[in-house]
Amino acid sequence: MEEINALLQGFGVALSPLNLLLMFVGVILGIIIGVLPGLGGANGVAILLPLTFSMAQQPGGTTSAIILLSCIYWGALFGGAITSILFNIPGEPWSVATTFDGHPLAQQGRAGSALTAAFTSSFIGALIAVIMITFLSPVVAGFALRFGPPEFFSVYLLTFCAFVGMSGGNAAKTVASMMIGFALAAVGLDSVTGTLRLTFGFTSLLKGFDFLIAVIGLFGIGEILETLEEGLAFKGASARINMKVVLETWKELPRYWATSLRSAAVGCFMGIVPGGATPASFMSYGLARRLSKDGNDFGSGRVEGVVAPETAAHAAGTSALLPMITLGVPGSPTAAVLLGGLLIWGLQPGPLLFVEKPDFVWGLIASMYLGNIAGLIVVLTCVPLFAAILRIPFSIIAPVIIVICAIGAYTVHNSMFDVYLMVVFGVIGYAFKKLGYPLAPMVLALVLGDRAEENFRNAIKGSQGDMLVFFSNGLVGGLTSLALLLLFWPLIRAGWRVVLGKS
Amino acid sequence: MRNFTNRPWCKTAALALFAAAAVPVQAFAAWEPTKTVEFVVPAGTGGGADQMARIIQGIIAKNKLMKEPMVVVNKAGGAGAEGFLDVKESKGDPHKLIITLSNLFTTPLATNTPFNWRDLTPVQMMALDNFVLWVNSETPYKTTKEYIAAVKAGGGKFKMGGTGSKQEDQIITVAIEKQTGAKFIYISYRGGGEVAVQLVGKHVDSTVNNPIEAVAQWRAGSLRPLCVFDAKRMPYKAKITKTMSWYDIPTCKDTGLDVEYLMLRGIFMPGGVTEEQKQYYVDLLKKVRETPDWKSFLEQGAFNQTTLAGKEYEAWVAREEARHIMLMKEAGFLAK
Repeated sequence: MEEINALLQGFGVALSPLNLLLMFVGVILGIIIGVLPGLGGANGVAILLPLTFSMAQQPGGTTSAIILLSCIYWGALFGGAITSILFNIPGEPWSVATTFDGHPLAQQGRAGSALTAAFTSSFIGALIAVIMITFLSPVVAGFALRFGPPEFFSVYLLTFCAFVGMSGGNAAKTVASMMIGFALAAVGLDSVTGTLRLTFGFTSLLKGFDFLIAVIGLFGIGEILETLEEGLAFKGASARINMKVVLETWKELPRYWATSLRSAAVGCFMGIVPGGATPASFMSYGLARRLSKDGNDFGSGRVEGVVAPETAAHAAGTSALLPMITLGVPGSPTAAVLLGGLLIWGLQPGPLLFVEKPDFVWGLIASMYLGNIAGLIVVLTCVPLFAAILRIPFSIIAPVIIVICAIGAYTVHNSMFDVYLMVVFGVIGYAFKKLGYPLAPMVLALVLGDRAEENFRNAIKGSQGDMLVFFSNGLVGGLTSLALLLLFWPLIRAGWRVVLGKS
Repeated sequence: MRNFTNRPWCKTAALALFAAAAVPVQAFAAWEPTKTVEFVVPAGTGGGADQMARIIQGIIAKNKLMKEPMVVVNKAGGAGAEGFLDVKESKGDPHKLIITLSNLFTTPLATNTPFNWRDLTPVQMMALDNFVLWVNSETPYKTTKEYIAAVKAGGGKFKMGGTGSKQEDQIITVAIEKQTGAKFIYISYRGGGEVAVQLVGKHVDSTVNNPIEAVAQWRAGSLRPLCVFDAKRMPYKAKITKTMSWYDIPTCKDTGLDVEYLMLRGIFMPGGVTEEQKQYYVDLLKKVRETPDWKSFLEQGAFNQTTLAGKEYEAWVAREEARHIMLMKEAGFLAK
């Protein structure tokens, strides 16, 4: 097969000693970047981009440069899970869903298992995505072209519907929480009319509420406040720290093959569309919760609840590079920076890149395989080390976490206002927990609300007010129907039972 | 002044002064950054302004044109208002630069955010970005005339895709409407690359993408350029597709569509900086513009290579501001 040959050549390019070294450097840098909340993969890559500028001018240098930068990206994808699990602070937006079950696991003293499951699933998600890129790229690359505003809206609708009701408890509280999220997402510039809204004349509000600041406050600070109340004890202190936990978790993982495959499929789809890694992780967590036998126990510390979002996030993050290479459309903020990098190095992402620069493209694809293997090795060997962090007394680690959170919030826009905002969100997060309001729907609405709104309004604008645009072709109609089906599933099931019972 | 020469340190100082006067004045007076220079981009990562800022940063680092490092910071909030307000508030800070796009004019006009280019110090115009009218190559429209006629006959169902709202792409769209009487539905997206792909996927009927945003799709045969919104053709004669170069695209005016628009890619500093500080950056950017890397970047993006500094640059910006006020007033885009 043609692809295999091209890929082997790609491995030839990627396996030079320099490139291997860059791979490990990139992965380790990426993990550090992923761990620090607020810094984020996109910023990390952007900071290093100018360094690669002179690197790209040596022969074969563009490949080395993209290997370094994309490995930072893989590293950040791995790293985001670490703080989510250990401290309930998502380092990256797509790690939010990992906290739902990952952090309870850590509290039960199973941080090692949660980390191993997260890293392994990440790897599997990425592997499935890169295999798809290797063999199916010509087929799936064109798929993204079919996505206009109505299609994008239906994808977001599907994410919301897959997620509603997942909090289990009070449906009214879930809806209330989600609506607060939508309201927060609406603050700032209205991108459809180009005017400001809900800023009340405060210039600090014109950039809107950044997702990362809200998450750092709601989850990180909220968690610390709650722990303070419960007597300064870190529940995960009994964590065992040796490598055995990795092997034990591996024995458990094959049980969740269905969740893995489903999540990888969701992730690949969302990456190619490109919808992004964050909705992919939420959607596959929601689906896993509904479809798994243990669905009702999700949120109390199920390994499967870590597997689903991590597989999807990594699959989406990896496959997001495909629309970037073939169409020049970035599927994630980090891919957007990488895209800028390609242009700066004099490469033109687009349909012809595969034909004109096969060395570069296949070198990059080969580095996706190798970079993820490198990443897995690095993070797995560090599992006991990460888990051991939980043994540090809370009175020492809590101030450190608060400082890191504050730095993270500051870094997002270099603004002190955001640090105060983080504290406010922390108090809100604490209040939500005490009052039994779920945080997840609010976060989801905050991160996807404005994109969903924008695509909805553009779709309606394009159809001149005709709502049937959401059923105007098989693709958008199918997605919308699936979303509605998921939303009304409990009603439909109940209705079905009534019908069956009567007949 | 008394006892001036009696103190030993004063003697040294006087000597030093004397020595300094002996070397060329410029070297003595020249200001240089003493800490990291922050380069603000009032737009998101990966866009045209961001790319240009990062390539400038890359060229400076690679050729060691500045002793202190330079960092690029994106402050995209509120259509760039976040970045402009930040620079406005840094009055007198010589360690801050900002690269502008047309939102220097459009954002304060459309949102009433309190800033104006007069709050900043114009340093250097690096280039002007071109706009090209694109259609999908599978459509039958070979010329601007045919396309505009079809839009008119279509009765307001044709969609124009563009980046942002009440910004350059929509201003051009409204200008086309005023000029020809054709009506478009304007659909706003987040970035130029996305807009080009939406045109390939036929979710919109035309775009006014910058050359660099659409070139890959043009070369792949998916898009067709109809005309460029500049007074003269783009000067780049190297073939981009099998048959065409940038130079082969006619100007819109020649094809009967009398609309001209170019976007500023210029560098500003905060207000209240000294003349020497400004001159330092003018000289620095001159060195950047002389590098082959910069030249190939301009060619790649088919930029209009006009560069201005000093009074001429200020006059140009003032003229453009007046033009934007007029264009946006006509379009009904001014904030109430």
